[in-house]
Amino acid sequence: MSDPISALNGASFDGFATIREIGPIGMITLRAKAGTKGLDKAIMAATGCAVPALLRMETKDDRAAGWMSPDEVLLILPYAEVSQALDAIAQALKGQHHLAVNVSDARAVFRVEGAQADQVMRKISPVDFDTLALGELRRSRAAQVAAAFWRDEAGFTVVCFRSVAGYMMALLSQSAKAGSEL
Amino acid sequence: MSTRLTSNGWMINRNVAVEFTFNGKRLRGYEGDTLASALLANDQMLVGRSFKYHRPRGIVASGPEEPNALVNLGSGARLEPNQRTTTTELFDGLEAQSQNHWPSLEYDVGVLNNYASRFLPAGFYYKTFIHPRAAWKHVFEPIIRKSAGLGQAPKDRDADHYEQAYGYCDVLVAGGGVAGLQAALVAGRAGARVWLVEEATVWGGRARVDGDIIDGMAAQAWVDQTVTALMAMPNVTMRLRCQAAGVHDHGYVLLSERVADHTPGDGRPRQRLWRLRATRIITATGAIERPLSFPGNDIPGVMLAGAVRDFVGKWAVSPGDRTVIVTNNDDAYRTAIALHGAGLEVVAVVDARVSVNGDLPERVRALGIRVETGKGIAKVKGTKRVEGVEICVQAGEGKASSFVACDCVAMSGGWSPVVHLWSHCGGKLAWDEAGAFFRPDPDRPPLSHDGRAMVIAAGAANGALRAAATDADAAARIALDMLAMKPAKATAPMHDLPEEGAMAPVWVMPQGADIALRSKMWLDFQNDVKVSDVQLAAREGYESVEHTKRYTTLGMATDQGKLSNINGLAVLAESLNMAIPQVGTTTFRPPYTPVTLGALAGEARGEIFQPLRRTPMHAWHEKNGAYFEPVGYWRRPYCFPRAGETHDQAVHREVRNTRNAVGLLDASTLGKIIVKGPDAGRFLDMLYTGVMSTLPIGKCRYGLMCNEQGFLSDDGVVARIDEDTWLCHTTSGGADRIHGWMEDWLQCEWWDWQVFTANVTEQYAQVAVVGPNARKLLERLGGMDLSKETLPFMQWADGTLGGFAVRVYRISFSGELSYEIAVDAGQGAAFWQALIAAGVEFGAMPYGTEALHIMRAEKGFIMIGDETDGTVIPQDLGLDWAISKKKADFLGKRGQQRSFLANADRWKLVGFETLDGSVIQDGAYIVGQGVNANNQRNVQGRVTSTYFSPTLNRGIAMGLLRHGPQRMGEVVEFSKIEGGTVQARVVNPVFFDKDGEKQNV
Repeated sequence: MSDPISALNGASFDGFATIREIGPIGMITLRAKAGTKGLDKAIMAATGCAVPALLRMETKDDRAAGWMSPDEVLLILPYAEVSQALDAIAQALKGQHHLAVNVSDARAVFRVEGAQADQVMRKISPVDFDTLALGELRRSRAAQVAAAFWRDEAGFTVVCFRSVAGYMMALLSQSAKAGSEL
Repeated sequence: MSTRLTSNGWMINRNVAVEFTFNGKRLRGYEGDTLASALLANDQMLVGRSFKYHRPRGIVASGPEEPNALVNLGSGARLEPNQRTTTTELFDGLEAQSQNHWPSLEYDVGVLNNYASRFLPAGFYYKTFIHPRAAWKHVFEPIIRKSAGLGQAPKDRDADHYEQAYGYCDVLVAGGGVAGLQAALVAGRAGARVWLVEEATVWGGRARVDGDIIDGMAAQAWVDQTVTALMAMPNVTMRLRCQAAGVHDHGYVLLSERVADHTPGDGRPRQRLWRLRATRIITATGAIERPLSFPGNDIPGVMLAGAVRDFVGKWAVSPGDRTVIVTNNDDAYRTAIALHGAGLEVVAVVDARVSVNGDLPERVRALGIRVETGKGIAKVKGTKRVEGVEICVQAGEGKASSFVACDCVAMSGGWSPVVHLWSHCGGKLAWDEAGAFFRPDPDRPPLSHDGRAMVIAAGAANGALRAAATDADAAARIALDMLAMKPAKATAPMHDLPEEGAMAPVWVMPQGADIALRSKMWLDFQNDVKVSDVQLAAREGYESVEHTKRYTTLGMATDQGKLSNINGLAVLAESLNMAIPQVGTTTFRPPYTPVTLGALAGEARGEIFQPLRRTPMHAWHEKNGAYFEPVGYWRRPYCFPRAGETHDQAVHREVRNTRNAVGLLDASTLGKIIVKGPDAGRFLDMLYTGVMSTLPIGKCRYGLMCNEQGFLSDDGVVARIDEDTWLCHTTSGGADRIHGWMEDWLQCEWWDWQVFTANVTEQYAQVAVVGPNARKLLERLGGMDLSKETLPFMQWADGTLGGFAVRVYRISFSGELSYEIAVDAGQGAAFWQALIAAGVEFGAMPYGTEALHIMRAEKGFIMIGDETDGTVIPQDLGLDWAISKKKADFLGKRGQQRSFLANADRWKLVGFETLDGSVIQDGAYIVGQGVNANNQRNVQGRVTSTYFSPTLNRGIAMGLLRHGPQRMGEVVEFSKIEGGTVQARVVNPVFFDKDGEKQNV
């Protein structure tokens, strides 16, 4: 086993905002109907977070749980702790209909940071960023590919599929080019 | 003679001179000039030629409505044709070339058309070129296309980049004149999220030029004060150089922003397309002045009266020393006052009205300017520029009563509200008798999702030509009411207005002009449509305004009839003896002015033209010379050519090496979907034609998926992971589609079944290790037992190989001993390299998709997209063994029972071997006897896959043939592209290792 590598090995770009590919990051897709017995325990065990409300991202240190759909939660945690977390989830949801699967390697994750980071996002995604709250998770698109993102004090975290990491990096970089501020 | 004045010119900065060229001539202007004002300042009256008759054309207007003064702007990678000089900001080094002439602007051969104009009437093309039929294609069309004018198409790749951005607001205000500013102010003060956009470079619109007084203040002071107030509001976004180009359903508005048009090469995006969602739209787009239709109204030097005072006031440019003003309304007298104030001579005001005694005409008379009432213009003298006018009685037939020498004619036929944004989504218009214009009908607005008005018109765009700000105040209140917001307490601004006399609608001047004069009255300057053309169309039975438009090309030029439409349909109405509102208008379609294609494409060019999907091993493939082919958005290696090899040779080497030693295939693109839950087995039994619920844990089974019609849609190997979990492999291109298909059934039809799915395609890198040495190679990596006994064909196992955590599937798409090994994607590149390194001693080589295809064809395995095309059912392909007879139902079962699909006469899959060993051409048909109703040769089948087999050293093919399996041994004929046929024998589609011994070792 060699060290896991992220899709772009930490590529970065400095424009009017800073773009960085980060990772690898542990990610689990957890599917279960809201209210499933043990779901809150499972999410807590994996991330230390409560069950996220509609469109919300619950965050605790380097872990998080995000609302992806009425029956899907995205769990974020250190890469090395995924299989342990999967065990804990299986334990908490034993006997309950659910699906938990490691998707850490299926994804590429980017940070868009800087005072004008929102302007990069406004160019690529049909989302009203004026009203996007801190900790609000959106599943939308970035130009031509599917993307999920959320906002914190320092900027945005953007998640896309690993195979299009190169496209996403070039897209974010182009959109952050100095001189193209909105 | 047009020239620069010493007074006025608040748009220009005389301290900064700017150099530019026009047709190669070096000229100078000032910072703040438009190209049009700079050309006039250099006495360049002649700026182009018309489309049809190549008549000399000068600048008519001062804004986006300009029909004449279009140029090729820039050169090479920055060439853009048909740019309006009136909206092009001047910059240092600007290059402009005039259009529509040969060999030069001054001496144009095409002007001969002018003398032949009576042979080029309306509908000329339709009438002349219809016979003989063949002549159109081979003679007329090529000549017409060559002489068809306007700008040159750029040949080089565009040097600039473009972008798009999304915006959201409660109220969009389109237009930054006093109406737009007031509307934004009211909405902004109420706390609404407001966007205010203006296409010009400054706020305030016409107010300053027209000398408006608002709330006792000079217009500019009021504008400055309002802009300052707006800028202080965080909820108001203001953008200059930004045009609301089109209104679409549900408040979706495209804004075209000129970011760096005036600073080319500074690295900024040249233009930006905003995709804005506005809950309500206030259109405050002002009004456009109409020309008057008098003989010779197209000669350079004849301009709109409002434009003349724009040039004098804003840019300190005099279009002429001696100006004659011709009008049917009081507004044009403002031009007389402006010219007089700038020290220029107004020779006369020719007013078509008999009685003229408003405040403005009285002021003009008081200045000592001659006002001729009840008069019109019988003729404009001059060719490339105005030399004088003949004045006649408006009520008469055009006998000149006097001649006046002048070098500029300022005309005004009244003003028409710019109703485009109101109309784009279906807002209706009402005819305003007093102003002789169409204005938005507030009772029939374009509707939004809630059934209420999506667009509200304000100011001059609403027909309130005089008290625009007052009207806009009311419009903003209507918008706020619909948003359930309350306006702040404030009184509406009041205009101090001069008394104005009524305007008189004048559509033809002089009113009784004969055909000779009417043939010189231009309606559409760019497309050369005259009063006589529209009248001819009416006589020939063109009663619909839309038909007349197309027949005469009225309003079909790049300006889309901004100047010509109302005049044209008024002439049509008169000819048809109908009222103007009965004739109606043509359709207003977005965009308001052309939006460059680059902005519509946005960022999608070059590297990010399209997303390109890469597997974890993609970089290795690139480094090792892979030749790629697109598979969906993926790029997969087609083959790995070595030095001196053709692609064919590389493919054949890869096939032979895999059959004889061992080959490695990057199979990461293969779709992988996890299906889990108490009802998962039942769910898969519905999706697949076979039975998946009985598959034992640890085993694999090949499955087919059909759509409801019964047609084959996807295939792949399913592995049973545990009691309630299955892993479904799909085709490379099918993963997202099949995942969506599963979710569709689970969410919409079988919502009560307990099944969850997850698309884990990209979580894994997958490598196929294929060939007689496959097991030896994997054993060299070591870590798990891969023997025939422990891991037989069609089973899977988890373990480690060379230290990598892997899942190994013993499945084969080539007929060889084969393992497909999945590792986490982050390990994919390292695992691939470990296999390459360990494989050296076993003769391992990577192979691409073409070798994969050949090997599966040698084994008679079907490929979705080759053997299937959406009209093929599994039974056609001899796959009956994979269709359960026991199951009560599965998706496609009932479809397949329909008479046509159950018909014994369907084309069925067989193999083919040409008698001469050659390769059948792709797409070839198997010809039958006789011809069909269309006199085409009957066919009885077609090829679906055809290759040269390096293993068998001959051409092999699969195809569909009527009654195929019953015709083994028969010889049939395949068509060839170049004509003739090739003979092939019908054989079993399994060409190689019929008993499957090689994969079972």
